[in-house]
Order: sequence, then structure tokens, then C-alpha cells
Amino acid sequence: MELLQFIQDNRDLLMQRTVEHMEIVGLAVFVAIITAVPIGIAITRSRSSAEIVLYLASMMITVPSAALFGLMIPLLSPWGYGIGFVPAVIAVILYSQLPIIGNTYTAITNIDPALRDAADGMGMTTLQKLWHVELPLAVPLIMAGVRTAVVMNIGVTAIAAYIGAGGLGRFIARGISLSDTNQLVTGALAVSVLAISVDLLLASAQHGLTSRGLRTKAAR
Amino acid sequence: MIRLDKLTKTFDTPQGVVVAVDGISLEVPKGEICVLLGPSGCGKTTTLRMINRLVAPTSGKVYVDGRDTDTVDPIELRRSIGYVIQQVGLFPNKTVRDNICIVPDLLGWDRKKSRARAIELLELVGMKPGEFLDRYPRELSGGQQQRVGVLRALAADPPVMLMDEPFGAIDPINREVIQNEFLRMQQSIRKTIVFVSHDLDEAMRMANRIAIFRDGKLEQCATPAQLLATPANEFVQSFLGSDTALKRLRLIKVAQAMRTSPLAVANHEPLHKALAVSRESGLDSVFVVDEHGRLLGVLDARDNIGRSGLAMEYAKSVRATVTTTSDLRSAVALMFTHDVSVLPCVDDTGVMKGWINHQAVGRSLAQAGTTP
Repeated sequence: MELLQFIQDNRDLLMQRTVEHMEIVGLAVFVAIITAVPIGIAITRSRSSAEIVLYLASMMITVPSAALFGLMIPLLSPWGYGIGFVPAVIAVILYSQLPIIGNTYTAITNIDPALRDAADGMGMTTLQKLWHVELPLAVPLIMAGVRTAVVMNIGVTAIAAYIGAGGLGRFIARGISLSDTNQLVTGALAVSVLAISVDLLLASAQHGLTSRGLRTKAAR
Repeated sequence: MIRLDKLTKTFDTPQGVVVAVDGISLEVPKGEICVLLGPSGCGKTTTLRMINRLVAPTSGKVYVDGRDTDTVDPIELRRSIGYVIQQVGLFPNKTVRDNICIVPDLLGWDRKKSRARAIELLELVGMKPGEFLDRYPRELSGGQQQRVGVLRALAADPPVMLMDEPFGAIDPINREVIQNEFLRMQQSIRKTIVFVSHDLDEAMRMANRIAIFRDGKLEQCATPAQLLATPANEFVQSFLGSDTALKRLRLIKVAQAMRTSPLAVANHEPLHKALAVSRESGLDSVFVVDEHGRLLGVLDARDNIGRSGLAMEYAKSVRATVTTTSDLRSAVALMFTHDVSVLPCVDDTGVMKGWINHQAVGRSLAQAGTTP
């Protein structure tokens, strides 16, 4: 009951921090999509470059977020961005690379070679093939990668509160330092609810972007 | 017309240079189907793919309608050549309509024109446009997918088509249906077609000319009848199999093989006239026909020697007839099934046009080899 009262009293703050939280994740994942999808496509051209890029991306994801934030403080301080919004966005961009590059690469390399043969044989250029065949067929898997990135980084962003990036993580950080259970649980619940609902939203976007001819459930 | 001039393709592999296609020279006249036939790995598909430059030749030339394909942009070249593959390769994200219209769209056709073309093409193979235009490939049966694959290649009305085992993935019963359907279409569209197959029966059915490949070399290129009658070497002979005579029967029409010397009497003529016909022909069977020449019955001369009356009175019903448009294989099958030594040949209206026996079959087989 006390918890509900707390949430009720801090409705506006909760809203504001949710927006902050999503600004970080949204901007970062957007940048990640427009970088990682082209990278994922580009590395399908050469196996060795794919191995290197995927290795680097998976190394990136193994760095704990607290360590990454810590590393960025000395690196970005000369420009005055050691803490706050910028390092948080950069961290999310970096963490999003592996799921999006990896899924784009897998989707494109797994396309039935017969479809490429047919496309080449009918006189499609490389770009036409990408636009008419490869990308539409890769959309479901690319979107799955985006969902993974978003859900994972809603969690990472909660930790970014410690470097002053704002967001729902502040409830958790404050809750811990003040031993305020209500505040702590509010933050934890809000982050979880946010992650689940954004994932559901993206799931329906994924369904909408997928050609009816590719959906697994009978469409008619 | 398609002409290949000393076309060669070599691949560098870790085991050294492999010659996949070795100096192939071949000509496919306008409107004909040339089947490239041979065991797998003989270079027939590589040869096909060099025609639309999906594989770049190591040396040699390909001419399509007199144009040296080296001088044409490969993208433009491919848009002007129909391409059908065994795996069909319909794009699963596009409807039947959009799949058919791919090349017209690439060529920048007016949308109305290309969509009307899709409807026209579907009707050509008996697929209802209203039912199929908006379906996706996964909502079609294998046979329907393959038909749409062929229509897609025909959409921009290219003069030349390349078909790589187009019916290979279809079950034998439907395969024959689709082959015949395609041959009927070819009667009117008259495309110049290079067709890769490893199935001898398919080649015999589809081809105007068959090119037999082995290890990248062209062993023989000839009409099916020439090939069966005069195989160039032992490899071709063994590839054709031991039943070449039976296969050749399929290629000869009854009308070409039947005898037209008199072997019938009219129903009002006396028996002795029929016996005279029998003596003349040296055959025991004599047919009886009505005033229009329609077959009424058959009598056996040996059973009726010394009798008198009208021939009609001694005639029995005819056990089997064959139409003049059938092939010799079905004629021979009828002769064995009904145990008759002489088979009357009739036209669609039942008028007797001639007759056929074992000797006639044997003679036309002997002739077919010498006159292509």
C-alpha cells in the first residue's frame, strides 16, 4: 500500500524518468540500426571480415556495463562528456551492435541461394537484389535482433543512472543509497514493465514489417 | 538463334585446373528447343549459365540473335533472356502477380501493362487469375509454383529462354502434364530454348535437338531420331540405353509408318473379292468398310476359303484400331495387347486410312535413322 502511495505521489517524476530512459535507448538503438544493418550486410561479402567484425562485437558485449561507463569517463572527459547522457548513449550503441549485426548477417547468409540465382538470372543489380529480395526476407530476423538490443539496453540504461544519465535507474540508485524500499521497488518495477511493453510493441512492428508471404501462421 | 563458338570454362581449384566446359560449339536455330543432356558434372549447367553470363567464359563466344554477348551489358542481357531453374526461386515475399512482373518492372514497363500481362499469362496455363494473382508462393502446390516460374520467365516476352532442369523437382505424373502443357505453349510462342536435363525421356519428349555432354565435351548433337538411329560412339549408345528401338517408336507417328496398299473391301462386295485382296497382299486379315470408308469389321481369309456370299456376312468385329496421330509405341502396344498381327489405322472420324503390321514398324524404324 505504501508502494502504491509512493507511485501515486511521484507520477510525474516517474513519467519524466521513463521518457529520459527511452530517449537514451531510442536514440542509441536508432543509431545502432543505421550502423549495424549496413555493417551486417557488408560483411556478407567476405567471410574473414565477418569473423573479425562478429568477434569484436561479441567482445564488446562481454564488457560489464559498469566497467564500460568507468572507461568512458577518462576517455570522454577532455570534451566534457565524461558522464551523463552521451556516454550512456554510446554504451547502448556499442552493446546493440552484436545482436543487430549478427542477426542481419545470419539472415542474409541464410537466404536460399536459388533465390539469388533467380534474381541474378533475371537481371537484378546488386542493389535491386538487396532491396527486393534480401532485405525483405531478412526483416524478421533483423527485427528480432533489434528487440534483443532494446530489451537488453533498457537494463543497461538503468545502470547509467550512476553516471548521471538520468532515467528510471535513479529510483533504484536512490532507493539503494537511502535504503528506501518503496523507491527501489518502484524503479525496478518500472524498468521491467517498460522492457516488457516495449518488447511487445516491437513484436507487433516486426509482424507488420514482415511480408504476408513470409508469416508462419496462415495469413488467409 | 543461339550460337556457341568454342566455349570453354576452366576453374582453378586446389587440385589444379579443372576444365568444366571444353570447346563447345553448338547452334540452336530460332524457335527450337535444344536439350543439353548428360550425367551430372558433365558441364551442361555451366554451359547454360555462360549463355546469360552468370558464369563468365574462360574463352569462346556466345551469340544470341547474332549479337556477341561480350558486347552487351550482362544485366541488360539477362533481362532479355528468360531464366527458369529447378528450384523455381519464386520470391516468397512477393505475390504471384509481383513475381511474374519482376522483369517487366526491372525494364520499367507501365504498371498497367505488366499487370495485364500477368493475367494473360496465368490464363495461358489454366490458372484462374482471380484466384492466384494475390497468393504468395507458399500458398501454391509444387506444380503451380513451377508453372509460375515459367510464366515469370516469359513475362517480358524474351525471344530466348534458358531452362535448367525446370521440371526436375516435380513428381513424374505431374511432370509429364507440365511438359506437354509447355510444348503446347511452345507451339504458339516459338521461343529459342536451351534446356538442361539429365532425363533421357524428358529430352526425347521436349527436344528438337539433343546435345549429349560428357566431361565438358559435346559428344553428339542431333535430332532425337538421328541420335537413336545412329549414335556417334559407345558413350552415346550406352547413355541412350539398350531399348533405343522402343524409344524411337515414340518419335514416329502412325501416319508416317502405316501402309496404304488396299486391304479392305466395301460391305456390298462379295467374299471372293476379299479373298483376292488377301492373296494380293499376302496377309490373312481383310477389313470391311462402309460406303464412307468407315471400318465395319475384319475377316480371316484362311477360315473362309471356298465359301460364297457377301464379305460382310463373314466379318467379325475389329478388336483394336489406332488413330493416325498416335505414335508407333502405342500402336505396337495395341498389337500386343489384343494379339492382332495387322492393326487398322483410322482418322478421328473412324475412316480407315491404312494398316500397320510388325514389318511396317520394323521398316519405318530402319528408315527413321537415315531420314531425319
